[in-house]
Amino acid sequence: MSLWEYANPVKFIRTTDKVLPWVWALTGICLVTGLVWGFFFTPNDFRQGSTVKIIYIHVPSALMAINAWLMMLVASLIWIVRRHHVSALAARAAAPVGAVMTMIALATGAFWGQPMWGTWWAWDPRLTSFLILFLFYLGYMALWEAIENDDTAADLTSILCLVGSVFAILSRYAVNFWNQGLHQGATLSLDKEENISDVFWFPLLVCIAGFVLLFIALVFLRTQTEIRARRTRALLAREGQA
Amino acid sequence: MVLCVRDLAVTRGGLAILEGVSFELAPGEALVLRGPNGVGKTTLLRSVAGLQPPETGTVTGAEDQIAYAAHSDGLKAMLSVTENLKFWASVFGLSDIEPALVAFDLTELRGRMAGTLSAGQKRRLGLARLMVTGRPIWILDEPTVSLDVASVALFAEVVRGHLHTGGSALMATHIDLGLAEARVLDLTPFKAAPRTRQMDEAFL
Amino acid sequence: MRALLTRDLMLAIRAGGGFGLGLAFFLIVTVLVPFGVGPQTELLSRIAPGILWIGALLACLLSLDRIFALDWEDGSLDLLATAPLPMEGIVSVKALAHWITTGLPLVFAAPVLGVLLSLPVPAYQWVVISLAVGTPALSVIGTFGAALTVGIKRGGLLMSLLVLPLYVPTLIFGAEVARRGAEGLGVQTPLLLLAGISFGVIALLPFASAAVLRINLR
Repeated sequence: MSLWEYANPVKFIRTTDKVLPWVWALTGICLVTGLVWGFFFTPNDFRQGSTVKIIYIHVPSALMAINAWLMMLVASLIWIVRRHHVSALAARAAAPVGAVMTMIALATGAFWGQPMWGTWWAWDPRLTSFLILFLFYLGYMALWEAIENDDTAADLTSILCLVGSVFAILSRYAVNFWNQGLHQGATLSLDKEENISDVFWFPLLVCIAGFVLLFIALVFLRTQTEIRARRTRALLAREGQA
Repeated sequence: MVLCVRDLAVTRGGLAILEGVSFELAPGEALVLRGPNGVGKTTLLRSVAGLQPPETGTVTGAEDQIAYAAHSDGLKAMLSVTENLKFWASVFGLSDIEPALVAFDLTELRGRMAGTLSAGQKRRLGLARLMVTGRPIWILDEPTVSLDVASVALFAEVVRGHLHTGGSALMATHIDLGLAEARVLDLTPFKAAPRTRQMDEAFL
Repeated sequence: MRALLTRDLMLAIRAGGGFGLGLAFFLIVTVLVPFGVGPQTELLSRIAPGILWIGALLACLLSLDRIFALDWEDGSLDLLATAPLPMEGIVSVKALAHWITTGLPLVFAAPVLGVLLSLPVPAYQWVVISLAVGTPALSVIGTFGAALTVGIKRGGLLMSLLVLPLYVPTLIFGAEVARRGAEGLGVQTPLLLLAGISFGVIALLPFASAAVLRINLR
C-alpha cells in the first residue's frame, strides 16, 4: 500500500468522495468560529481601531496565495518525474483557487491600506510581489486553456511552473531591492516577541486552519471535476472511433 | 545500419490508430507504406523519425541515421536555391551541393529565390535537401506531391542511386515509382482496435 | 550551429525579415512618451532612463513570436529537430540571433533617443551599459516564451502574458542601473545583479526552452 495508489483517478475520486464531506464540515466550523471570534470577541487595536479585524481574512488568504503556488510546484514536479495524471490535474485545479486567494489578499489589503496608509495602492514590495504572483497565475491558467492536447498542456504548464517559481523568487528580491515599503513585517513568525498579542493570535490561527481546509476542499472538488471532464473526453473519443 | 521497428503503436490526437507494426529496413532496401487516408502513415513516419514518442514498441537504428522529408519542405522564401541547400548541407556538416542540384535539375534555378519557384520546383528543392544530409536512411512522406511525370522519374532515379550506394528509404506514397526493388507494406491490417490511449485508460 | 545563425541573420536582413521592427517600435515609444506626459525638460530627464528601458523591453517583446513561428510554419523546425544539432543549441542560437537583430540595435539606438528625452549626461554610459548587459536576458527569456507558445495559433497575446512577469527582475535591475547612473549614485550592486540574471538565464534557460520545444514538436 503506497501513497501513489491515490494517483489512480478512480481511486482518487472514490477516496476524496469519502473525505470531502468531513473536510467541508471542518472548513465551515473553523471559518465560522474563527471569523465570529475574530470579528466580535476581540478588542479593537489601540491604533488601528476596528480596521485591524480585516486581518482575519487578509493574512490567511495571503498565506494560501503562496501555498497554492507551492502546491502547484510540488504537483508539477510529481507530474514531470512520475507522470501521474491526477497530479497534473490537481495543479491545474489549484491555480484558479490560488489566483482568487491572491485577489482576496490584494483587495482586503487595499481596504486595510486606505484608512491606515491613506492610499488604496502603493508600490510596496509585498503588494508588488503579490501583483506579480497574480500575473503568474493568470499566465499559468491561460496556457492550460490554450493547448488542446491534455498531456502537452500538462508538460508545458509544469515547466512553466518550475521556471516561474524561480523567477517569482527573483522578482521578490528584485522588488525588495527596488523599494523599501510601507507594509508591516510578517504578522506570524516563530520569534514570539514580534508577534501580535494572543488575543488576536488564536482566532487568527483558527481562521488560517479554516482557509487551509477550504483550499483542500476546493482543490479536491476541482480535481474531481477535471478528472471527470477528462474521462468524458476519453469516452467520447472512444465512441467517435468505434 | 538496419532500421528495426518492433511492435510499434502510435496515436494521433489521443486516439490509437496503428498497433503492432513491425518491419526491418536493411541498407539497399526501400519500403513503401500504403493505406487509405488517415490510416496513420504520417504519424508512423514521425515516430520513426523520433519526432513523436511511440505509444508502445521500439525503433532502433534510426538515431542520427535518418533524413526526414515531410509535407512541408522547410524552405525559406527569401533565400536562393543554393542558399537553402547550402544551409541544410552545413547543418549536416557537408558542403558539396552540386550533385543534388544536378540530380534534381535545379542548376538553372540556382540563383532564384525559393519564394519565386513553382510548387513542383519547390518540391524538387525540398527533395534535393535529402542528398545533402549524407544520412543513409531517408524517411519520405508523400514525396511526389506536386511533381510532374518527368520529375517523378528524376526522383525515382535519385532514390535508386541512393539504394545502390547502400542507403535505404522508407516512404509513404500512392504513386508507383517504378522501383522494382521496393517492398510494399499495407498498413490497413495494423489499424488499431477502437480504444483510447493507454494513458487515458486510467480514466475509464 | 554557425550555419543556423548565419541563415537567421540573413533572413532578418532580407525584405520582410523584421530587422528594423524592434528599432522602429523603440523609436515610436520614445517619441510618444513626451506627448503623453508633457514637454517639461526636468520631468522627462527624470523618467528618461525608465522610458528607455520600457521601450527596449516592449520592442523585444514585439519581435519574440518571429523566433520560432516562421520555422514552425514552413516545417524547418521539424527538419532541424532531426538534424545533428542539439535542441539546446538550436534555441541558444535562435536567442542569439534575436539579440543581434533586436537587442543590439536597441543598445546603439538608446543614446540617440536619450537626446529626445533630455537624458542627463552622466546617464548615457549607464543606459548603454545596462541595456548591453540586460538585453541578452530579455532575448533568452523571450525565447523560452516563444518556445512555450509555438504551437498555438495567435499565441502572441498569451506569450506576452507569460513573458511579462518573467521580465520583471531584469527590468527592475536594468532600470535601476540607469536611474542610479543618472543620479550619480553607485551602480555596482544592481549592475552585478543584472549581470547575474543574464548569465544565469543564458546558462540555464535554454534547457527549459529545448524541453518545451520538444514537447511542442511531438
